Amino acid sequence: MAKRAIIGNGPHVAIDPTVQMAQNEATSELLRELVAHLRQNRTQLREEWVQRISETRLLTAMTKEEIFAEATSVYDSYVEALETETFEALQAYAQNLSERIIPRGVETHEVVGIVLLLRDVLARSLFAKYQADFRKLNRILDAYEPAANRIANTVAVGFVQERERTIRQQQEAIRELSTPVLQVRERLLILPIIGVIDPQRARQLTEQLLRGIRTNRAKVVVIDITGVAAMDVTVANHLVQTVEASRLLGATVIVTGLSPEIAQTLVTIGVDLGKMNTVGDLQGGIEQAERLLGYKVVPLSDPRQ
Amino acid sequence: MEVPVLKQGKFLIATIQAALSDADLENLRRGLVQQVVRFRSLGVIVDVTSMDVMDSFASRTLREIAHMIRLRGAETVIVGIQPEVAFAMVQLGLTLEDVATALDLEEGLAYLNTKFKSLD
Amino acid sequence: MSAGEIRVAINSDQDIVGARQRGRTLAAELGFSSSDATLIATAISELARNIVSYARKGEIKLQKMENSARQGIMVTASDDGPGIPDVRQALRDGFSTSGSFGLGLPGVRRLMDEFEIASRPGDGTTVTVKKWRP
Repeated sequence: MAKRAIIGNGPHVAIDPTVQMAQNEATSELLRELVAHLRQNRTQLREEWVQRISETRLLTAMTKEEIFAEATSVYDSYVEALETETFEALQAYAQNLSERIIPRGVETHEVVGIVLLLRDVLARSLFAKYQADFRKLNRILDAYEPAANRIANTVAVGFVQERERTIRQQQEAIRELSTPVLQVRERLLILPIIGVIDPQRARQLTEQLLRGIRTNRAKVVVIDITGVAAMDVTVANHLVQTVEASRLLGATVIVTGLSPEIAQTLVTIGVDLGKMNTVGDLQGGIEQAERLLGYKVVPLSDPRQ
Repeated sequence: MEVPVLKQGKFLIATIQAALSDADLENLRRGLVQQVVRFRSLGVIVDVTSMDVMDSFASRTLREIAHMIRLRGAETVIVGIQPEVAFAMVQLGLTLEDVATALDLEEGLAYLNTKFKSLD
Repeated sequence: MSAGEIRVAINSDQDIVGARQRGRTLAAELGFSSSDATLIATAISELARNIVSYARKGEIKLQKMENSARQGIMVTASDDGPGIPDVRQALRDGFSTSGSFGLGLPGVRRLMDEFEIASRPGDGTTVTVKKWRP
């Protein structure tokens, strides 16, 4: 049985290096022949592929013109990857393509589906071309298959990565919406924190607050943690860091709604509560903030009279 | 690279640019103290708006500057720390705790003016 | 996109700024937020400064990291200096410590996602830190 040099992502077989080199050269030559065939028959094969795509009802979110345009680019990138035996350009293209089609609602199974369809269409055309020479067909397929599989993999993975990135961005945006920094008076910001804080949210909170201090030129910030059930050491540290960072921007922080449990956590991590500005509740905190800012709140006449 | 220092009444304003070398910071320290003495300044504002990174050395030097200026009877205010820089600083544990800070030049001047109002 | 690594020789304090600026540039290329890029640049600054202060000279190496899910940056600070006698002590993290004249390693660890250190007296020091792009 002749030794076979397996390239691509397949299992690796230990082999004589000179045989390996000769085999690699033979493979490259076969790929060149293959690429020439794919280029010659580009129009016809691409047409066939687009036909298959609409038959299997993939990419329904896109118009026929769009599918044709993208199909052309994908086909050319596919052939180029086969020709150069490198996949960076394809990866970049896949990412680019994904960025465009994900907002259109195209899903993973569709992308994987069309790439596999292309692989099939091209494979079939190879069967047709080399049907008279079975041995040659075998060698051509040996060269084609690993590369084609790698291409399908590259495009699919590129798409999935882009999707994950989009989802993370959306999560980030949601988090940002759920931690509002409110300006209630000039130079005074209030940051009510509700619910569970994880370190990531805590960090986002801090960044938002610091940006808010700068934008609003705040001199006092009231951080109300009445709505926070529990705080672990990591998040407690974030709170301390927020207070310290705010001071670096010239703002004083008043923490309100400190429960006995959270106060204990802060003491545990070495915070001197005497140095931290704390007030029992939000109302009290705002009043103190106003005092610090030089406001004097004067009641109007009693509306009940 | 020299740090420009302006005199504004009884105050000095030093504006630090981004990529300051250790030698530049050293020169700044010496220069500021000399000028405080020469002009009998009451306050010094160090504007770090252009600093995109504040590491432990920069932080330590700024504190030393403030300390030496205090020995000459004047007050130092650091202004213009960027939100991102402040965030990085507290992660490193750099809090500039014994130095006054303000949002920007305007706030820094307001702070010094309030402090020395009674001396007018 | 450049493959491979960026090496910055650290021979004096003037090289510190160069190292952190290149770090910031690479971070931006990798799509890190401005805020994260600042954290990375600050970590590089601290590590480079340690090299200057304790080993006189060394190197900062910047590399792109990539796995199937995400990308990141890896910073390796290495020197042939005297080494750290008690690494555990150097890493002891008191959250309230500030402005200490130590190595600032706990701080660097807080700035980044992953932290590794290898150091032995007479053998030099290598600190490797990583940050992943969310």
